[in-house]
Amino acid sequence: MSLLEVNNVSMFFGGLAAINGVSFSVNKGEILGLIGPNGAGKTTLFNVANGFYQPSKGEVIFRGERISGLKPHQICRRGIARTFQVVKPLQRMTVLDNVIASAFLRAKSKAQAEAVAIETLKFTALYDDRMVISKGLPLGKRKRLEIARALATNPEMLLLDESFAGLNPSELNESIEIIKKIKEKGITIMIIEHHMKVIMSISDRIVVLNYGEKIAEGTPHEIGNNPLVIEAYLGEAQHA
Amino acid sequence: MKNFLPLIILAVLALAPLLGLSSYLMHILIIFIMWSVIGMAWNLLGGYCGQVSFGHAAFFGVGAYTAGMLYHHFGASPWWGLPLSVLAVALVSLVIGFIVLRLRGPYFALATLSMGEVLRVASENLVGFTQGDLGILIQQRTWVDKMPYYYIILAIAAVTFFLVKKVIESKLGYYFVAIREDQDAAESLGINTTFYKTVALCLSAVLTGVAGAFYTNYMGYIDPKIAFALHDISIVTIMVVMVGGVATFWGPVVGAVIMVLLAEVVRSIPQLGAAHQTLFGVLLIVIIIFLPNGITGDFGKLKKLFKLGRASS
Amino acid sequence: MSAAQVEVLLQTLIAGLLLGGLYALIGIGMTIIMGVMKIINLAHGELMMVAMYIAYWLFALFHIDPYLSVFVAAPVLFLLGVGLQKFLITPVLKVDSILPENQVILTVGIGMVLANMATLFFKSDYRSVPVDYASKAFYLTDYWKDAPIELSLSFPWSVSFLIALIITALLWFFLTKTDTGKSVRATAQDLHAALLMGVNVNRMRMLSFGLGAGLVGAAGCLFIPIYYLYPALGGQFTLIAFVITILGGLGSTVGAIIGGLILGIFESMTATYMGMGWAPVGRFVIFVAALIFLPGGVASLLRKKRLGR
Repeated sequence: MSLLEVNNVSMFFGGLAAINGVSFSVNKGEILGLIGPNGAGKTTLFNVANGFYQPSKGEVIFRGERISGLKPHQICRRGIARTFQVVKPLQRMTVLDNVIASAFLRAKSKAQAEAVAIETLKFTALYDDRMVISKGLPLGKRKRLEIARALATNPEMLLLDESFAGLNPSELNESIEIIKKIKEKGITIMIIEHHMKVIMSISDRIVVLNYGEKIAEGTPHEIGNNPLVIEAYLGEAQHA
Repeated sequence: MKNFLPLIILAVLALAPLLGLSSYLMHILIIFIMWSVIGMAWNLLGGYCGQVSFGHAAFFGVGAYTAGMLYHHFGASPWWGLPLSVLAVALVSLVIGFIVLRLRGPYFALATLSMGEVLRVASENLVGFTQGDLGILIQQRTWVDKMPYYYIILAIAAVTFFLVKKVIESKLGYYFVAIREDQDAAESLGINTTFYKTVALCLSAVLTGVAGAFYTNYMGYIDPKIAFALHDISIVTIMVVMVGGVATFWGPVVGAVIMVLLAEVVRSIPQLGAAHQTLFGVLLIVIIIFLPNGITGDFGKLKKLFKLGRASS
Repeated sequence: MSAAQVEVLLQTLIAGLLLGGLYALIGIGMTIIMGVMKIINLAHGELMMVAMYIAYWLFALFHIDPYLSVFVAAPVLFLLGVGLQKFLITPVLKVDSILPENQVILTVGIGMVLANMATLFFKSDYRSVPVDYASKAFYLTDYWKDAPIELSLSFPWSVSFLIALIITALLWFFLTKTDTGKSVRATAQDLHAALLMGVNVNRMRMLSFGLGAGLVGAAGCLFIPIYYLYPALGGQFTLIAFVITILGGLGSTVGAIIGGLILGIFESMTATYMGMGWAPVGRFVIFVAALIFLPGGVASLLRKKRLGR
């Protein structure tokens, strides 16, 4: 059952098409990987799905309802939470306060928000750092905090933008564990990632973008053997 | 102990006039408390919510003129201006907010500066409404003694302080800071940033407007260059908060003390008098470069500068 | 339309155009600063005021024509700009603070100091530079005996306009044909790419601020024969610079030129048909309208045209 449908979405800036006629669905409960060379339009697609851009053409459907055209905070209310590539927590506040801020979306009181926040921190293995000022966190924990903030809004679907970029191997493993736990909770995930091994190992299906267009869709195995995909990445390596 | 600090300070300030202070000192205290109010109001929008307004004189002026015009056109007591300014300034802030809150960072700053100036020029030109450059003079002062004025502004300040504290410690406060740190992330986390910025602006404006209405009643005379002053109100407001410490509860109060003292010191030394803008400018530059989070915010830095506190290696 | 009305309209347009040319020079200075350094310079008008005082004193003491003062004031302002950038602005950019608007506030402080020091040294009296060609003008009827209307072209205005044109042309040449100029533009377009290409970004920053200051200094000298001088005149010119920068599009010199002309004509029309008092309001209205409705400025319109959309 498809939770999110991207129907023939195009996004034009000035005269240039950042994404052109992209269509795919994300099924409930799955992890969908979104990959492609730099500039392929992945983050633009997230920005459309999340409400920051209104698609020039096409529409985005969530749970059967049209969401393209809604503002990001409205989309979050409906159940889609999103993380950003450049992680910016509330720097001068503690880890706990950071998550409390997000938890207020669903919580009826500060006490309830705090309870949700503590639960979320335990879930993302940040409970011990809850009183640390987030400015002082290492990158791996900052990225987990970003995920925690998104989780505190009790989403049905999570859009993760390069949550694994720049992590060392142990941080990577911790994050992968958390993603698996999130999937077990029943939350659907769409994830942009450049780290090939990670994305191949955790995704149920993968969509590949290149120059703003979808060039392939399928299981990690199918994608790994797809000549178009290989060419897209090799082609980039050749011109680099 | 820390929790009782506000109440202790309030008690001290409430009892101070009973010591029999001179009229001049009372005046200084009243002005300092008024600036605390304006500073705390600005801090809500600028320090906590991150929307740096360069045009708070707009709200001060509308409040001041609400009181003034009530007196001038209807013969009513200008004290009615205080409750009425809440309404007037709230409306004006919604209109201004609708225009400027869609802008970010420095553009917001410039747009708010423009708003303050537009209102100033408008009130200079719409002579039928405001008497233009002639200004409005309140013929009979309500009281000759300064004490009643003192207690009124102190009450306003106390309400402002506790209101700001309550707001910041609530969901609103968290949302304001989230907006300040990263507006896009805040939106993505379900925060209706336009709505909450408007709330911050409206609250900040109304508190400033009440201070303006008080000013009309206390000083007895306003004109566009005074009530909508860019340098003497909008910029001084920013200085009060920046010197004292942005995004702290006590910052604006500390800043108000310093700025008012500084202004008085400068005024009393004849040679320095004309140079007060230079001194303020230099102070602003120094604070921006060395103590950007103000005295309360960068207190640690300040201690190191004067080598107080524990010596670090 | 009657001949008289046509005359008034044409005269207004001419005045607006001449004014616009001078405004453009002020705007170009700021757009370079904002484009390269991403810095809002609220002391821009005060820098112009400093140049005007330099020109004034050169005339009052040494009888040097204001147009020649350009050769003194512009370099002095350039050095002042470089100095401000090096000693005040760069440190602020490195500072870690809650509010990112620190550098705007810094320039406010700088402006306050400059304006107040001018008041201290020179008093707030209005001064003017009474050059002997101040009231000289070209009249249409001198050249076209049977003209149905009379049009006049003020001599100092025209000369200022021409010199502004020459300076703009030289600037264009500098920015497009020289290596340093291209580096400045590169830094404006993409800081990181410029860094990777080996451009000394810090030097570019100092150069840009100096350049911006120098340009507005030149504009000041060109204004002095036709305007009067007092310490607080900086504020309105800072605003004018902003309106032009936003109207034209950040970092775009062509945009600043067009924006300057638009503003000049607009102000001339408001002055003629609405009265002088409302001029500042007009500026603010354009400013806020441009911020909201045309955030990329005229430059974004030009870009769209080029891409055919």
